[in-house]
Amino acid sequence: MIEWTGVIVQGVLLGGLYALFAAGLSLIFGVMRLVNIAHGDLIILAAYMGLTTTVMLGVHPFLALLIVMPVMAGLGYVLQRGILNQTLGDDILPPLLVTFGLSVIIQNALLETYTADPRKLDGGGIEVASIDMGGLAIGVLPLMTFLIAVAVIAGLQFIFYRTALGRGFRAVSDNQDIAQLMGLNKAHVFGLAMALALAVVAIAGILLGMRTSFDPAIGGGRLIFGFEAVIIGGLGNLWGTLAGGVILGVAQTIGAKIDPGFQILAGHIAFLIVLAVRPNGLLPRVEH
Amino acid sequence: MSAATVTRSTRASRIAMVLGLLGLVVLAAAPWWAGRADLRLMGEIYLYLSLACLWNLMAGYAGLVSVGQQAYVGFGGYMLFALTVFAGLNPVVAILVGALLAAAISIPIATLIFRLKGAYFAIGTWVVAEVFRLSFAQIQALGGGSGSSLPVAVVKELGAKKAAREATSYWLALGAAVIVLFAVYFFLRSRRGLALTAIRDSEVAASGLGIDIWRTKLEVYVVTSAFTAIIGGLIFLQKLRISPDAAFSVNDWTAFVIFIVVIGGIGTLEGPIIGTLLFFALREVLADYGTIYLMVLGLVAIVVMLKAPKGVWGLIRDRYDLELFPLSYRVRQKD
Amino acid sequence: MPEALLTLSGLDAHYGDFQALYGLDMSIGEGEVIAIIGANGAGKTTLMRSISGLLKNRADGVSYRGQAIGALRADQVAELGIALVPEGRQLFPSLSVEENLMIGGKVGRPGHWSLQTVYELFPILEERRHQASTSLSGGQQQMVAIGRALMANPDLILFDEISLGLAPVIIRQIYEALPGIVGQGMTAMIVEQDIAQALKVSSRVYCLQEGRISLEGATGDVTHDQITAAYFGMDA
Repeated sequence: MIEWTGVIVQGVLLGGLYALFAAGLSLIFGVMRLVNIAHGDLIILAAYMGLTTTVMLGVHPFLALLIVMPVMAGLGYVLQRGILNQTLGDDILPPLLVTFGLSVIIQNALLETYTADPRKLDGGGIEVASIDMGGLAIGVLPLMTFLIAVAVIAGLQFIFYRTALGRGFRAVSDNQDIAQLMGLNKAHVFGLAMALALAVVAIAGILLGMRTSFDPAIGGGRLIFGFEAVIIGGLGNLWGTLAGGVILGVAQTIGAKIDPGFQILAGHIAFLIVLAVRPNGLLPRVEH
Repeated sequence: MSAATVTRSTRASRIAMVLGLLGLVVLAAAPWWAGRADLRLMGEIYLYLSLACLWNLMAGYAGLVSVGQQAYVGFGGYMLFALTVFAGLNPVVAILVGALLAAAISIPIATLIFRLKGAYFAIGTWVVAEVFRLSFAQIQALGGGSGSSLPVAVVKELGAKKAAREATSYWLALGAAVIVLFAVYFFLRSRRGLALTAIRDSEVAASGLGIDIWRTKLEVYVVTSAFTAIIGGLIFLQKLRISPDAAFSVNDWTAFVIFIVVIGGIGTLEGPIIGTLLFFALREVLADYGTIYLMVLGLVAIVVMLKAPKGVWGLIRDRYDLELFPLSYRVRQKD
Repeated sequence: MPEALLTLSGLDAHYGDFQALYGLDMSIGEGEVIAIIGANGAGKTTLMRSISGLLKNRADGVSYRGQAIGALRADQVAELGIALVPEGRQLFPSLSVEENLMIGGKVGRPGHWSLQTVYELFPILEERRHQASTSLSGGQQQMVAIGRALMANPDLILFDEISLGLAPVIIRQIYEALPGIVGQGMTAMIVEQDIAQALKVSSRVYCLQEGRISLEGATGDVTHDQITAAYFGMDA
């Protein structure tokens, strides 16, 4: 019994990481209906940036965030204004294929720079530390990851619904032309949305890098996890991505408990079941 | 008043037809004039051409942008291995049966992932491919995660001598490419093909015309899946070895194919042909630069998508008003 | 005539191959209230879209305070002090009433209008400030749309069919509020199908017909017959 409780708790905490993968994806889809195929590769890029920062400056990965987050945000803004804005429109092919090309470029640039060897971020011991909760050993890093995910989503929710920036995001999402009439330059607003999304990606990448080893090829898998969390939770609902991430995480840890080779597959199956019975996700978009 | 006729064929398309047939004869004779390495390369070109045509039919005409066609490539490959080894079927029969199984399995998959729209559909197809990969990796009888080789006895069914086997597998690839090319061509010329073009141009208008969009897309998805499985079977008949990572590789069976179609010209029949030739030319030149080659490919695809969304063929066509596969109608004045 | 605030010179507008406006010339003076009338499809909304930057034009097709603005983006035009109350109201459904108004104030030009003064003009909006804009009646939504445009403190405000689809009593209320709005030194262009309402508040009138100006004059000078002829394109 306690064993299974542990499995579920682990899954819930893992769900925090997946929610972080999903939050950026959900944000940019909500604002500009863009699905970024390179999202997972950008997470891995952030992890490698964390690696370089920690190695060069000898700082803890969390401190490296102070550099990686603004760099990723800046990259997001430039990427959006330089390339992605040109792909937006009624046709879904250009954004899809351009971000797909981007994904291949990032992957191979990482391969060229860092080789295919698996790397890991040195968290200085917190990755193995755990606290005892009524006989349950809970990993400190997974717990922190989950709490950070909750904080990030609460923060995004605040920005979205309580600030002028978020008002701009929602207005542009509702009606680009009219938003433009209000003095909002949509190209700039989209740039800011992508910057914010990649700032979250930076957090996700650093946490991923401390948790497990990574190599340039695993971005696609992270995109899929984030995507599954988004769809399970319901499109366009930020708290839904957390719920989706948790369900995915729990499905995976239960699968892994049954058979280690079954972990990822169990997550995919959970996703397909949700798609079959609740195609709009568990918490579909709420209009405000 | 002069009479006008409406025609599909043009002088260029008729010349292309004749040249194409001549070329086909020359290519069919390749086992007698080409070296072994060239034969292999040409076989690979035909198979990529077929994958590109099929993906183009889905994405360029039916609006089904998939990044998960490796699901059916790998499925076809694994069915070849499973049906020859366990059911004792002849490899060619096994590949055809595999195609039927792929068609059958693609129907429930389609009903599920057609619920996802646009780009989310694309990632949904990828999830399906991952489910296939992880599932086949669980089957120990097929070598699990490390894969297996095609038994010598099965291989010998294609021909007793190595040269004969290589020729057979070459002809199979060439035959498959020709069949795919013509199947796609005649499909697009048929009523259903016209319906497809109508959907691509405007879903709202098409449904107003009484076209069942969902059903038409489903048919394209199922037929494409079956053909893709055939190509997958032929790919692994050439390779003689299969593993989950190779069979369901997103880079090999989807990324390259997408680049071929985008660079050549999406939504045209000629595009995949030009794209395939460019792709292999680029690969032969840059083969030594592995990762750089892929980055260049990604970059070229992005630039093409942004600056010339109809690809290389689109540029040629706009400049010379050419059409090698007569699909559109032309009005001609008679003197 | 007072000094020109907005000048159109040879303004054309196209939607793809379709030409909607043919070489319009117009001159609007500071503080004027202009009525633009015309039948459906005459090009009135296209004109509004062209001035506000939603439809790109030749740079010198539209000039504002002597500056060529025809090729500017809509947000740049808004920053210069031109606001549009769009046809069909087009509020942001994801935003509350107050958020809709606040986003109108995004350009941050100083002036008379603020949340407080808009609420004084339309007190009902203050009561409903936290409601979803979609939950309001048509007339109240129109008030939000007008308030949203006012929040920018524009020098030139464009009204596109503000009475369309509203009950007569609501239309009367809105038109009663108009003098109070334009009394703040604002210049206004009013596109209307309800000719009587438009003429009541305006000093000059332009009539559009198939993308061309078919009549132009001071409101007091044009006769009913002239308007009918210009509107329908036939001799009275």
